[in-house]
Amino acid sequence: MFNSILNGLSGLGAGFVNMHWANPVMIIVGCILLYLGIKKDVEPLLLVPIGFGAILVNIPLSGLMEEGGFLKTIYDMGVSNEIFPLLIFIGIGAMTDFGPLLENPKIFLLGAAGQFGMFLTIGLALFFGFSKLDAVAIGVIGACDGPTAIYVTSKYAPHLLGAVSVAAYSYMALVPVIQPPIMRLLTTEKERVITMDSKTQPVSKTAKIIFPILVTVIGGLIAPKGLPLLGTIMLGNLMKESGVVSRLAKASENEIANVVTLLLGISIGATMNGELFLKPQTLLILAFGFVAICLDTVCGVLFGKLMNVVTGGKVNPLIGAAGISAYPMAARVVQREGLKYNRFNFLLMHAAGANTGGQVGSVIATAIMLSILHGMGIIS
Amino acid sequence: MDNWTFGFTMVIVGMGGTLVVLSLFAILMVILKKIFPASKHKVSE
Repeated sequence: MFNSILNGLSGLGAGFVNMHWANPVMIIVGCILLYLGIKKDVEPLLLVPIGFGAILVNIPLSGLMEEGGFLKTIYDMGVSNEIFPLLIFIGIGAMTDFGPLLENPKIFLLGAAGQFGMFLTIGLALFFGFSKLDAVAIGVIGACDGPTAIYVTSKYAPHLLGAVSVAAYSYMALVPVIQPPIMRLLTTEKERVITMDSKTQPVSKTAKIIFPILVTVIGGLIAPKGLPLLGTIMLGNLMKESGVVSRLAKASENEIANVVTLLLGISIGATMNGELFLKPQTLLILAFGFVAICLDTVCGVLFGKLMNVVTGGKVNPLIGAAGISAYPMAARVVQREGLKYNRFNFLLMHAAGANTGGQVGSVIATAIMLSILHGMGIIS
Repeated sequence: MDNWTFGFTMVIVGMGGTLVVLSLFAILMVILKKIFPASKHKVSE
């Protein structure tokens, strides 16, 4: 009887007894993510469930990430098979207005330049000894696009999923802090005050409907390995532009995206087990993610300067910084910087065009990257 | 394949490929707008 009571008592507090030193550290990291999300409004939709998932998974003996556990089931249901990021992509497509981009198609080029940091970071990660697929997953942080980073990492480097996802979403939220100093450093005051033509070139509804179909077919044929990403974002946009399935478009951008964001966030947090997460490699990944976004901005602004020269001074190089996928944050940063130097300069529409170009650009760059890997025989 | 060759290929083909594909999209959009121009009536709507 006495032994039985002792045995029963020994089960209480077993979590404390079995705690690894890394678990409390990660619980603190989870709390920091919650603080950033709740108090500082840093990507709260993702950081709150990720932070809480990180706390859950670092409480020993709960079995949440063991076979049949609550978080493992969610992870297997939508992260390991890449379903969740793709469902979010349909919602992103349904939310995105490609109108400003279609009004001025040459801005598409800024969406390409804004992805160069991704490829340069892959080179950097390889130099620091990461394997090829790990380097690719790290480089994709530079897409400034959470779902794309999760899609690629969960498929080709699942052991890095926690670090890559946290880096991708944190730096996306930090775009207003990271970009302005780089924009100021690379442009002259004369360039920053350039006023761009505000005359709009209207786009027909037919063109807006054909755009996602054309991009899917051409992009899919060029880089078929990225078709899941490209196809889902363009499906969402087609539903929005067609106007005939507004219920589906609204569900994609609201209910479906909300539910999937919750499940995705909590299952990413669940990959942040302290024993696996706390290693020097994680710090390197966070550093490379930062470098990737800086390089994206540098390449975008430099390309903007090139376009300024080619067009005879008609393009304000600041809009090059918006050629990344962080929508609409990057466009707002450009607008704000432009107004600082010329209070009559409204760059928002041009920057929004570059920003949506960056969204397509990040998907195309990732699709091309995966197709190169396939072509080299590194992935099947 | 060594990391140097892989990285170099990725940078050159990746950056070049992205630029070419998005340039192609830009050209297609210009053509699309010419084939299906926005009518003045619909624009005012």
